[in-house]
Amino acid sequence: MKKIKEKHAFIMRWTHWVNFPILAVMIWSGLLIYWANGVYSISVSGFTLIKFFPPWFYEFFHLGRRLAEGMAFHFLFMWFFTLNGVAYLLYTIVSGDWRELVPKRNSFKEAWQVLLHDLHIRKSIPPQNKYNAAQRIAYTAIIAMGFGSVLTGLAIYKPVQFHWITWICGGYHFARILHFALTVGYVFFFIIHIVQVMLAGWNNFRSVISGFEVVTEKPDPVMEKSGEKDDYPDTNNIN
Amino acid sequence: MELKKSENPDDETTVNQKIRRRNFISFAVFFAFAGVIYKGWNWLYHSPFEEKGVTGRAHLPLRRALNKTELFFRNFFSNNNLVKTYPKSMAAKKVRVNSHIGMDYHDFKPEDWKLSVVKSEGDMLSLTIDDIKTLPKTEIVFDFKCVEGWDQIQHWGGVKFTDFVKHYQLEEQAKMQYVGMKTPDSKYYVGLDMDSAMHPQTILAYEMNGEPLMLVHGAPLRLIIPVKYGIKNLKRIGTISFSNQRPGDFWARLGYDYYSGL
Repeated sequence: MKKIKEKHAFIMRWTHWVNFPILAVMIWSGLLIYWANGVYSISVSGFTLIKFFPPWFYEFFHLGRRLAEGMAFHFLFMWFFTLNGVAYLLYTIVSGDWRELVPKRNSFKEAWQVLLHDLHIRKSIPPQNKYNAAQRIAYTAIIAMGFGSVLTGLAIYKPVQFHWITWICGGYHFARILHFALTVGYVFFFIIHIVQVMLAGWNNFRSVISGFEVVTEKPDPVMEKSGEKDDYPDTNNIN
Repeated sequence: MELKKSENPDDETTVNQKIRRRNFISFAVFFAFAGVIYKGWNWLYHSPFEEKGVTGRAHLPLRRALNKTELFFRNFFSNNNLVKTYPKSMAAKKVRVNSHIGMDYHDFKPEDWKLSVVKSEGDMLSLTIDDIKTLPKTEIVFDFKCVEGWDQIQHWGGVKFTDFVKHYQLEEQAKMQYVGMKTPDSKYYVGLDMDSAMHPQTILAYEMNGEPLMLVHGAPLRLIIPVKYGIKNLKRIGTISFSNQRPGDFWARLGYDYYSGL
């Protein structure tokens, strides 16, 4: 029979969903800024694999010649992004939910098994509580990345007044590269995240809005007279 | 079929009712918030532009945000925060030139150039480059940063602005809030907050890589102010003035942050 199982706290859902449009604006305005010196690419021994970005990309999204506008949006929304991230971080620590999120010692080995299972190469999946090992790694990494974006952002925003931050990030030039690389990371995370959410189905998706999942529990076993046939599957033997 | 509230909380009907009710409320709130965000964004994106004055071409709410952000970060400004300097060997030989605004090359004669310093209405200094070269020379090799996002280590030489102020007894003027500088043709102009102008590394430069400035780099005299983006590093200084109101600034009128401080 059906039971309501609480899964996600209100603050987690709030910060999760609020982050979505804020991060979208940060990435969009960040692209308006990046265009002004859009020089990054991935090359292997002189051969360019990916150019960030070819001209059609800037044209398609109307990103060109909007540096001032980009900075104006970026330096306003950065406050919301940071405050929202800090709120989530505080909640995770104070509530103790970080125990469900932070990877464990065997998480990296288990995550590999989760990946094989997701690709239908492996039949079984390691046991999990709220999140599987791959999720633990992903959902912790994304917070570290968010922190990294704020740090590298400050490094390139105030390289004189916060020169020590710029120094930690490897200097102005490198901090800008890191800031950009993290953003590419968000895009990859987002694509994989959406696919996984769709595959996980409605019950899971709903829980990030309403906070609960619906679980079907077996009814309590009824006392049987000895000798009668057992109606319930034997869960003690795997076979 | 009537939906009755059963006595037993585990009753399938009651659980289903709870699920439906919570789904409804949470999704309704979700979509209501989504609507608010959508409307809010539309309002901001289509908000009117500020009136063109000292600043211009930015959406008014964004300009207000930029100004507030300036006030916040100015709390962290300190003369003790110096830009990192480098050995001369690391300075670029080919120094990047990014714009020629305010530097017409046809009619400009550097040998006839004089620097005007407006002390007050009707009280002006008129200085030649030789006057300025008698002042103590300071060199700096630092990582110049353009607002576009590129940076380059460059070697400049000239007189510290603080030395300039001391020598020409401009202490009263230096008590004001802002310094304004503009090219001789008035086509390029910048406004600087006094703290940044009086930062120990701000120099009026007449040398690059140990040689007299080239025309494209702002000869005979340009501003090098390492605590600001390149847009504030005006080339070919014509007039220096002092004010308690924000002087005109070329790029601030085109939507950029007035402060542009690093």
